[in-house]
Amino acid sequence: MHPTDFTLRGAAEALSEGAISAVELTRAHLDAIEALNPRLNAYVTVAADQALDQARASDERRARGEAGPLEGLPLGIKDLFCTKGLRTTAGSRILGNFVPPYESTVSANLLRDGAVFLGKLNLDEFAMGSSNTSSAFGPVENPWSRRNHPDTRLVPGGSSGGSAAAVAARLALGATATDTGGSIRQPAAFCGIAGIKPTYGRCSRYGIVAFASSLDQAGPVARTVEDCALLLRSMSGFDPKDSTSADMPVPDFAAACGRSMKGLRIGVPKEYRLEGMPHEIEALWQQGLEWLREAGAETVEISLPHTKYALPTYYIVAPAEASSNLARYDGVRYGLRVEERDGDLKDLYERTRAEGFGAEVKRRIMIGTYVLSHGYYDAYYLKAQKVRALIKRDFDEAFGRVDAIVTPATPSAAFGMHEKTDDPVTMYLNDVFTVTANLAGLPGLAVPAGLDAQGLPLGLQVIGRAFDEETVFAVGAALERAADFTALPSVRAGA
Amino acid sequence: MSYTIEGRTGPWELVIGLEVHAQVISQAKLFSGAATAFGAGPNTQVSFVDAGFPGMLPVINGECVAQAVRTGLGLNAQINLWSRFDRKNYFYADLPQGYQISQFAHPIVGTGVIGIELADGSSKEIGITRLHLEQDAGKSLHDQHPTKSFIDLNRSGVALMEIVSEPDMRSPEEAGAYLTKLRQILRYLGTCDGNMDEGSMRADVNVSVRKAGEGYRTRCEVKNVNSIRFVMQAVEAEARRQIEIWEEGGEVHQETRLFDTGRGVTRSMRSKEDAHDYRYFPDPDLPPLVLDAAWVEELRAALPELPDARRARYVAEYGLSAYDAHVLVLEKETAAYYEAVAAGRDPKLAANWVMGDLFAALNRTRRDIADSAGLGPRSRRAAGPDAGRHPLRQAGQGGLRGDGGNRPGARRHRRGTRPPPGHRQRRDRGGGGSGAGRQCRQGGRIQIRQGQALRFLRRPSDEDHAGQGQPGAGERGHQAEAGLRRPDDRRAAWPGGLNRAEDTRPADAAAPRGWGPPRRAGFRRVAAGPGWFPSPCRGSAAHRPAPRCRW
Repeated sequence: MHPTDFTLRGAAEALSEGAISAVELTRAHLDAIEALNPRLNAYVTVAADQALDQARASDERRARGEAGPLEGLPLGIKDLFCTKGLRTTAGSRILGNFVPPYESTVSANLLRDGAVFLGKLNLDEFAMGSSNTSSAFGPVENPWSRRNHPDTRLVPGGSSGGSAAAVAARLALGATATDTGGSIRQPAAFCGIAGIKPTYGRCSRYGIVAFASSLDQAGPVARTVEDCALLLRSMSGFDPKDSTSADMPVPDFAAACGRSMKGLRIGVPKEYRLEGMPHEIEALWQQGLEWLREAGAETVEISLPHTKYALPTYYIVAPAEASSNLARYDGVRYGLRVEERDGDLKDLYERTRAEGFGAEVKRRIMIGTYVLSHGYYDAYYLKAQKVRALIKRDFDEAFGRVDAIVTPATPSAAFGMHEKTDDPVTMYLNDVFTVTANLAGLPGLAVPAGLDAQGLPLGLQVIGRAFDEETVFAVGAALERAADFTALPSVRAGA
Repeated sequence: MSYTIEGRTGPWELVIGLEVHAQVISQAKLFSGAATAFGAGPNTQVSFVDAGFPGMLPVINGECVAQAVRTGLGLNAQINLWSRFDRKNYFYADLPQGYQISQFAHPIVGTGVIGIELADGSSKEIGITRLHLEQDAGKSLHDQHPTKSFIDLNRSGVALMEIVSEPDMRSPEEAGAYLTKLRQILRYLGTCDGNMDEGSMRADVNVSVRKAGEGYRTRCEVKNVNSIRFVMQAVEAEARRQIEIWEEGGEVHQETRLFDTGRGVTRSMRSKEDAHDYRYFPDPDLPPLVLDAAWVEELRAALPELPDARRARYVAEYGLSAYDAHVLVLEKETAAYYEAVAAGRDPKLAANWVMGDLFAALNRTRRDIADSAGLGPRSRRAAGPDAGRHPLRQAGQGGLRGDGGNRPGARRHRRGTRPPPGHRQRRDRGGGGSGAGRQCRQGGRIQIRQGQALRFLRRPSDEDHAGQGQPGAGERGHQAEAGLRRPDDRRAAWPGGLNRAEDTRPADAAAPRGWGPPRRAGFRRVAAGPGWFPSPCRGSAAHRPAPRCRW
């Protein structure tokens, strides 16, 4: 077995049994990155020396009997997390060669538990996108390909496209990601891996480059549901440096993966049955529900009547917050600076931001500025907040009747790099099943459940109550067991 | 008689309202742990939060909240148990985040009232519209370099209280008396040092004129006036300017103006048309601020005696004249000194000695009672109880000996107010706390040496993260000696004040309920996690123009 084929859990066991060292495991991944990253472009920064140093230190800790829960496990870090001493770009030119003098809480938690960081993973610029084509460092390629058209380069989804592609292609055992409207779940589904966006407040946002503060939430992607559970446990926890962080105990999520489905009530929202949705997705959804029934769960049709407003609501709230969050990139203190003409401060701002931001980021800054403007605020931002409250209420009412909700993760399988990119609204539709969980602050897990006719992975989504990730993991693991998803991407290490 | 200015067309009344920005006395900034001391080297009291670094988040300083509540109580004002922070968005080189965190729609303190005394012995009540907490911006220095401006971010993020009055003042004297009284109350409360020279208190002066019996005419705002005398001058200058415009058949246009202290006139800064659209919206990084009524009552119970009460007591208990009592309570330190002198003695004789011999001696030596070494306000020490003992003893020996009585206190004071060495950092949940490097701007030119900035920010001392950085022992000693024995802003002094969001917020401001996690202990027991999102506020009220001067 090639060392990059381990699951996170499997690698942890191999390390603890002494079957492999952290250095060997790390080196195998670095070799895989060297071989495949030129094609996939999943990593924007490979920290080979640092990773090997960390791996050596990890082996020494293990030898001293001080192994942490993630001791010696090589991970990739989405380049939205500030990593001390390691360049952090947010996929944008505007941060230039910004090297944070501080570590994000989530990545610090992983380091505390013994993880090894292989490098920083590509993403849509400032996490804005669903295809990982808006990165200033070039697009990421999905390691999967269509059976009939193997040469069509497919997107990995976004914004955490680098994270999902790297994990699917075995360039990391797992990775951090963030999810503002679906940025963990959609790329996980496109790349045939698992990924969870936990409850808002579960992971600290401290040190994560902000996109939309009320929606952003960090989470892991990995090749199994249990691996996600292991990573999330380390990433989570109350952080006094984030005022929106939740002071909640962090349960043993992995233990919940084995829970029985008996007696669980699974909600099936009728509003998620979209017109024009591919038959394969509908069929997979029904198959997933059947698996859960076979495992002892009961499925219940529910209604989330404000679902149709979720996407427009999201595309008001997220750009509004982004337009303000991104104001700090002005060329004055750090990052890119394009010198002004005639000593004009405004000119410095305009040139720096015109050159530093890509088209999608500019589009969202403009939308956000517009919806917050005097005279438009009530009609857009305030109304969106009210609709958001109604969407939340829909879920509250549904969770009075059911324990979890199961939906498709995405309305399609991965698409070609040039297939949806000219119309932003078509692109925004990718998030139709996922944005609701962000608007309501709820945990959502994507789990690979099948293949379409082209041999591309399709995922299901499990949404749970706030801070009830355990049930979400339990349902996700049950789907994973039943689906027995063993298909592999065509581009992968050790293949 | 009411004050008027005589124009060619007859007498004109003045209508004046003040917006006062008062810097909160606190060791740390409003949303970061960086220190706030005045006079530190440029960019030495700056955390990554204050410098707007990527991924940095604000965390409210509970002591600043307590100070705002104390001030509201001192202004006889309504304390809003539910308030919220909004972002005021605009670009400027000394505003690192690109927005200022303020309280636009839901201030922490609502309407109140303070009484002012006028020279003719009359008194008047001036309404307070609101008080809200906000962050200060950094400072641009345009005179340090021929072609560049420099930026000092020490002030960036420092807590300010904006105290807005009703348009209740009718003369320069009333405006001066209001500001004097407000400053006196803040200093008695210990919530602002009131030092206008150092910019810790600044006033925006709103002025309009009218004929008797009219409603309000258009007002103009004179920004950033930094002394009581200048406020009075600015009121008169601006009123005369407006009267001239009206009398020439013109119309006063609403605009923002500056007071030219050299020429004694106001000049236009920007018109209403040029006003920014600040795109206010609720700061998504900060849950609503929810106070526990019982905690507010604790603060109320612990308030010091305020000047009006003290003056009344001097008249009632000590039998002083209203005038003597007024003079003795003007400064908290004088009053404390007086009480120490008067203890066990004839209070009238003590008053005569303090107001006669002592004031004369202080005048002669150009010292004031609290601060004889002439140092900054943060070093001001309540001189009374200690320094008062000396002349008291002498008084007991039958000799009140002029300025000598003040000397021991003065000596101790000089020792206590030595400027601290180098960089100071209170506690910083936001990361490190040193400067954001060299930044300069002149006539719009900005120059920042980024490499230097980053090197500077990566100093080992910046390793101190939230709540772990301890003020050095030396600094602590300094603080104690300087009489700033304020409880440590974030760690200790928060008496579990703020309570659950559901209890108190206005129904129409409520976020969807019951989906947050249990509230955390302590003052941030506001819903964390998703519970407080979204929070549409009072219908469209959220985007109404700020209730500043309401006219």
